[in-house]
Amino acid sequence: MTGSVVAIGMGIAVIGAGLGIGTIGAKAMDAIARQPEAVGDIRSNMILMAALVEGAALIAIVMCFLVK
Amino acid sequence: MIRFLQIFFFSLVLSISLGAQGHNHNHQGDGHNHDHSGHNHDHGAHDGHNHGSHDGHHHGEKSHSAHGGDHSHAPTCGGDHHGEFDPGETAFHHIADANVYSIGPLQIPLPCILYAPKKGWDVFMSNKFKFKTIGHGDGSKAYNGYVLDGGSIRRVKDAGFPEGEPVINGFIHHDKKSYVCVGNKMYETEAKSTADGGLFGGGITSFYDFSITKNVASMILVVLFLSWLFLGMAKQYKIREGMAPKGKQSFMETMFVFIQDEVAIPFLGNKYMKFLPFLMALFFFILGLNLFGQVPFFGGSNVTGNLGVTMVLGILAFIVTNMNGNKHYWEHILWMPGAPAWVKTILTPVEVLGIFIKPLTLMLRLFANMTAGHMVVIIFVSLIFIFGELGENLVGGYGTAVASTLLTLFMMSIELLVAFIQAFAFTILTASYIGAAVEEHDDHH
Repeated sequence: MTGSVVAIGMGIAVIGAGLGIGTIGAKAMDAIARQPEAVGDIRSNMILMAALVEGAALIAIVMCFLVK
Repeated sequence: MIRFLQIFFFSLVLSISLGAQGHNHNHQGDGHNHDHSGHNHDHGAHDGHNHGSHDGHHHGEKSHSAHGGDHSHAPTCGGDHHGEFDPGETAFHHIADANVYSIGPLQIPLPCILYAPKKGWDVFMSNKFKFKTIGHGDGSKAYNGYVLDGGSIRRVKDAGFPEGEPVINGFIHHDKKSYVCVGNKMYETEAKSTADGGLFGGGITSFYDFSITKNVASMILVVLFLSWLFLGMAKQYKIREGMAPKGKQSFMETMFVFIQDEVAIPFLGNKYMKFLPFLMALFFFILGLNLFGQVPFFGGSNVTGNLGVTMVLGILAFIVTNMNGNKHYWEHILWMPGAPAWVKTILTPVEVLGIFIKPLTLMLRLFANMTAGHMVVIIFVSLIFIFGELGENLVGGYGTAVASTLLTLFMMSIELLVAFIQAFAFTILTASYIGAAVEEHDDHH
């Protein structure tokens, strides 16, 4: 039973991270289309932002393990 | 989106394995209720070392047939140990560290340095366990109370375990516990101590493993390779000064300049030369190990997917960041200038917590990404055995093998991308943390 609760918790954490990273990716594509010469700057900032959003999701997933 | 997919698969895989374990547990609960009488008869010898809860897991042959068609796995010594295929357990086994180095099916012994409190040190080569050169790394003999179970050393805690080098009949894995068979008796074994508080392992157990394990051996190999590469390059730069780069020099220079121009200079400004060696060491160490972990059949090491390794990398980033923090950095953490006093009381604890959360996320990100990638590959391979029902269903097995190979190829090409992205993300985040710590604030307040 606790296994399924953990799975649901991780699923919810992943939805949040998915929305966040999806938005980052979409906006970065938009920005690259508008200004193709800035592709290098945009790409590294995109990865930086995605990594920060992912960090929150990872902490949530680890918490799921700890709380069970 | 790749990140998202990976986290998604990771959670999927974990939920499958957790769900499967939950199912097994309920099932054994049933067994416990209606065949406890058969237990004493079949395993009288085993009663000497009761572990309370696992009594109910041994049911005799009679009750086994009473279960009908399902393949319930009764752990008894001398019987058929092939139970249900558990993809979760298989995946965890394959990403774990080991005391043998495997190249394909070939198992190579490694030195073992073990310490058990009250018992002292044990230093020997892992071929003392007499495992088969081509096989799964199961030792056929015990040594000083240690056994080699699937490539990893485990210790028998039971005092009744025979001294010296008794012959092992087999290993049993059941309900998250592992047992070793000597004669007709089962002895519970336990894994080495881990510092993760039982999160992905057992926590502190009865022995510590300081061995040159598979991961350590891979790390040494990669470090030697990187030293050869970079020392050679440095020499070439001296010899060929003013000339165009050549060979490995021109190959590595693009990556080196990329990290310098995209990571070090934008975040660290004019102080970048001081931190460039640290950032480069981080990037190439992580990249080298990530790529080495992708090589199929050679070592199969998962060094950057090991929480201990990423923890040390995170601690290094933490030390470098905070040792170089200037007055402004500490002021912004401990007593944020320009904020009202009541806001400061909330802000200060959050900022102090932030110092520790930053390296923690660095550690978890690298670990989770590498582990998730390796697990997805293993699960795709496991699909063959799930649909083939362990060789009973040939159509299912061969049919899935084709699809599974394609999926694995696809996943491994994504993994190649992830190896670069994660090394880059680790470096760029470390650079941004260091950059925030050394930044000068001349322009405002």
